[in-house]
Amino acid sequence: MAAKANVPSGAKQPADLLRELIAHLRQNRAKLREEWARRITESQLLMAMTKEEIFAEATSVYDNYVEVLETGSVEALQAYARNLSERIIPRGVETHEVVGIVLLLRDVLARSLFQKYQADFALLNRVLDAYEPAANRIANTVAVGFVQERERVIRQQQEAIRELSTPVLQVRERLLILPIIGIVDSQRARQLTEQLLRGIRANRAKVVVMDITGVPAVDETVANHLVQTVDASRLLGATVIVTGLSPEIAQTLVTIGVDLAKMNTVGDLQGGIEEAERVLGYKVSTAPEGAVSREQL
Amino acid sequence: MEVPILKQGSYLIASIQSALTDADLTQLRDSLVGQVGRFRSRGVIVDVTALDVMDSFAVRTISSLAQMIKLRGADTVIVGIQPEVAFAMVQLGLTLSGVFTALDLEEGLANLEARTRGGRRLGR
Amino acid sequence: MDAEQRIPIQDDRDIVAARLEGRASALKIGFSPGDATVIAAAISEIARNIVSYARAGEIAISAVERNGRRGIQIVARDAGPGIADIEQAMRDGYSTSGGLGLGLPGAQRLMDEFEVRSTVGRGTTVTMTKWER
Repeated sequence: MAAKANVPSGAKQPADLLRELIAHLRQNRAKLREEWARRITESQLLMAMTKEEIFAEATSVYDNYVEVLETGSVEALQAYARNLSERIIPRGVETHEVVGIVLLLRDVLARSLFQKYQADFALLNRVLDAYEPAANRIANTVAVGFVQERERVIRQQQEAIRELSTPVLQVRERLLILPIIGIVDSQRARQLTEQLLRGIRANRAKVVVMDITGVPAVDETVANHLVQTVDASRLLGATVIVTGLSPEIAQTLVTIGVDLAKMNTVGDLQGGIEEAERVLGYKVSTAPEGAVSREQL
Repeated sequence: MEVPILKQGSYLIASIQSALTDADLTQLRDSLVGQVGRFRSRGVIVDVTALDVMDSFAVRTISSLAQMIKLRGADTVIVGIQPEVAFAMVQLGLTLSGVFTALDLEEGLANLEARTRGGRRLGR
Repeated sequence: MDAEQRIPIQDDRDIVAARLEGRASALKIGFSPGDATVIAAAISEIARNIVSYARAGEIAISAVERNGRRGIQIVARDAGPGIADIEQAMRDGYSTSGGLGLGLPGAQRLMDEFEVRSTVGRGTTVTMTKWER
């Protein structure tokens, strides 16, 4: 795209200037990209990546950068930023590095513009007026995209930790114990339910002893989740015995309308396990011949 | 889509193969009720392992299925509710109360055997 | 998943199609199987509403994002009789024992954001969203 050489510089519109600048960035792509990659290494950024990788990403970022200047839309850049973040976060790249390299690119391109328009200070100013808002928007988009992706990863890790911190234990055949310790919020309660249900199916459990001795208190929302856990377990054919029910939690359950008489509760974990064995033992004895052959029926 | 119904001794076993439309579910219910009468079955197992979702319509229909079959003198047990499906059901407030449920076919048969033998009612 | 999925709703087969599509989309967006099934159940309830009360309608499923968090948005539109009293409809007859009534309160329970717009004689639009945790 050729610059309009015959138009006096004072008459150039911002749109024209932008087009001119984009053309300049495209023409000098190889040179500017190389300089940028050099400055990245000099600043000791992206040390976790190889030179080839840095160059490859530099190419993508550069091209995306120019595209944003051209189209005015950051959508493609957002998608790329998210994609890039997904790839480099596991490599240990940190926020300051990502912000750093984008600002370096902004500087490299700005200096290139200074050099090109140094003869005409007024024109340079107008070129920068066209360039700066877009350049800042780009830096912002990439940085925010990276941070959001990091936050997402952290949430996933927290979820994994929550899952690990509440193991579903198979103690005897067909019997699972779910010891819940600590503060339970809505999210943890939901995760507990999903984990327990998967455990019931995997272990073919018929009884679950859910011990909440270690839970100080629950609000009504979480109390509802606990009731849902009991109901959902039953749908998979498992009976839930709740142990360690404190007077406070019992009160919360009553408040939300749970009939405690209908809920299978036992004082403590040991008592719960004994009750569970009783239930299991009882069920076995109703079929005294063991596995009843189907032809007999 | 017709759900295959197998006769195993005095039990009927209906195995749902895939997601069912409302009409399919209603038809299944009516077929089972009819067959229970025809074969004088003592128990019905409905295997819902392949059901992607059990929403309010499915729960209503299965509840009425169990009731109608009870009126014909037989017991019903629903087996194979998937963990995710159970999870969604209870959040909707659907607990299938009043209907016996078991983990799988094997447990379902054990459940029916215990009930039809006049053993103490389990799970309720 | 970038494009919006649109499913026409006319009979009970479409209810199945819509909820299977919803489940698949939810999994693609990154929801757990448990939440994907919850979303499918909400779609099922809303789609059945369309079949029961309006002759035809459409369900649109799309991926959304807010503050870096992904979500799924479902928009159910119909040109049916409309709901005269939305508040009443949201309260009405949804007993925990199995669900009579419009299915709207049920779907609302399952989703994070829920909005109903309706004009008597013109139709109803339900917009519901669930966010990843």
